[in-house]
Amino acid sequence: MISMKNIIKKYDGKTVLNDISVDFPSGKTSVILGPSGSGKSTLLRSLDLLVRPESGSVSFPDLSVNYAEPISKKDSFSLRRKTSMVFQNWNLFPNLTVLDNITAAPITVLKTSKADAEKEARSLLRQVGLEGLEKRYPSQLSGGQQQRISICRALAINPEYILLDEPTSALDPELETQVLKILEKLANEGQSMIIVTHNMEFARLVADKIVFIEDGNKVFDGETKDFFENPTPRIKDFLSGISLEAEN
Amino acid sequence: MWDIIITSLPEMVGAMLQFTIPLAVISFILGLILAVLTALIKFIEPSENKAIRYPYLLLRGIANFYVWLFRSTPLLVQLFIIFFGLPSIGVQLPAFTAAVIGFSLNTGAYASETIRSALLSVPQDQWDAAYTLNFSTRQTLMKIVLPQAVRIALPPLSNSFIGLVKDTSLASSITILEMFQVSQQITAKNYQPLLMYTLAAALYAIVCSLLSWLQHYLEHRTSKYVKGSEA
Repeated sequence: MISMKNIIKKYDGKTVLNDISVDFPSGKTSVILGPSGSGKSTLLRSLDLLVRPESGSVSFPDLSVNYAEPISKKDSFSLRRKTSMVFQNWNLFPNLTVLDNITAAPITVLKTSKADAEKEARSLLRQVGLEGLEKRYPSQLSGGQQQRISICRALAINPEYILLDEPTSALDPELETQVLKILEKLANEGQSMIIVTHNMEFARLVADKIVFIEDGNKVFDGETKDFFENPTPRIKDFLSGISLEAEN
Repeated sequence: MWDIIITSLPEMVGAMLQFTIPLAVISFILGLILAVLTALIKFIEPSENKAIRYPYLLLRGIANFYVWLFRSTPLLVQLFIIFFGLPSIGVQLPAFTAAVIGFSLNTGAYASETIRSALLSVPQDQWDAAYTLNFSTRQTLMKIVLPQAVRIALPPLSNSFIGLVKDTSLASSITILEMFQVSQQITAKNYQPLLMYTLAAALYAIVCSLLSWLQHYLEHRTSKYVKGSEA
């Protein structure tokens, strides 16, 4: 389990995360929802130190990091070792082939042998239905293919948690479905995931728990069923605001 | 006309091979090394560790001063100070060494800004992606950012190199018998300034054309992964 406590993050004096405490259970899929600019991506990025909160802490059963104090290289490495991020715009390395994108971190960071890393990469590509694309460059592939490869890249370092920051927001519905199917499969296999998304249908389908954030405050933290079936007035507004169905 | 060209050409090509090209190539290599170091010092944010931070900031101050100094003064004046000026404080350099130092420092100052802008043009997203995979800053630079920056920096760096080849003609003013100086000497004997200087211009143009071709080749090589390039 990941336990984040009292996270405060400010940008130029503006509070983006206001004393947020939240747990993300292991082996489950947690979904973070909220309007744009609510701070949900910032919270997710804090887990991987892509954003450094002013204060608060993150702890795993065997690791604890206090954001307010200097973080040693060793702790930063351990923290990042536990998680791996999948980005909205996938952020593949354009100068590397598909295979090299997936094997770069295992070979460079984990010192896995090239043969083993490539074997693992090919097996991951097979799982996402993209075998045969090993020698291509990212620019030669569709967005959906690139995002599936970036999921392989994240899985290749065997992180405890996969963090997904709006993984399908930049894809058209057909490509989005390809990616969501893979995430659904991972969720069913018990991969720990934390997903920031705007896709309510998907959230409802895969989430074991929902965290709703608005203006840097945690508004809801609980089971998926409660979120959708017994919404508070504000969550009801949010849900109906993003639906095209007539109100009432 | 042809016999003048044929008699003076070996001497001019000789000067080109002995001075013009070695000056340009050596100075460009040294300048490029200096430029990469300077660009990285200005690009990489200092560590929070105080023991490293302050020496690093001092180094950055020196880098800033160096780039400012060499971009704010004419190359010819720099060469004069190094070759004619430094002996007054006991630093006497051979002309070729003085020229290499001047050209390297000058090229390094300009090229460092080219490289820095190329590094800046690689999106922050690439750093984030590398950091989430636990790459160190050095690994990210070597494997991800520099290879992308090289492609972006190639055309402006080629400009610098081509400019340097032509600027070596300034070395004539600090007693180096490079190609342009030789063409002046031959002109003094045969009174054919139009012909001799046109010949010198043509030789510079040939070398620079070869470099343009090399640039084109390297651009193609480094752009394999870019959409629309025919790799």
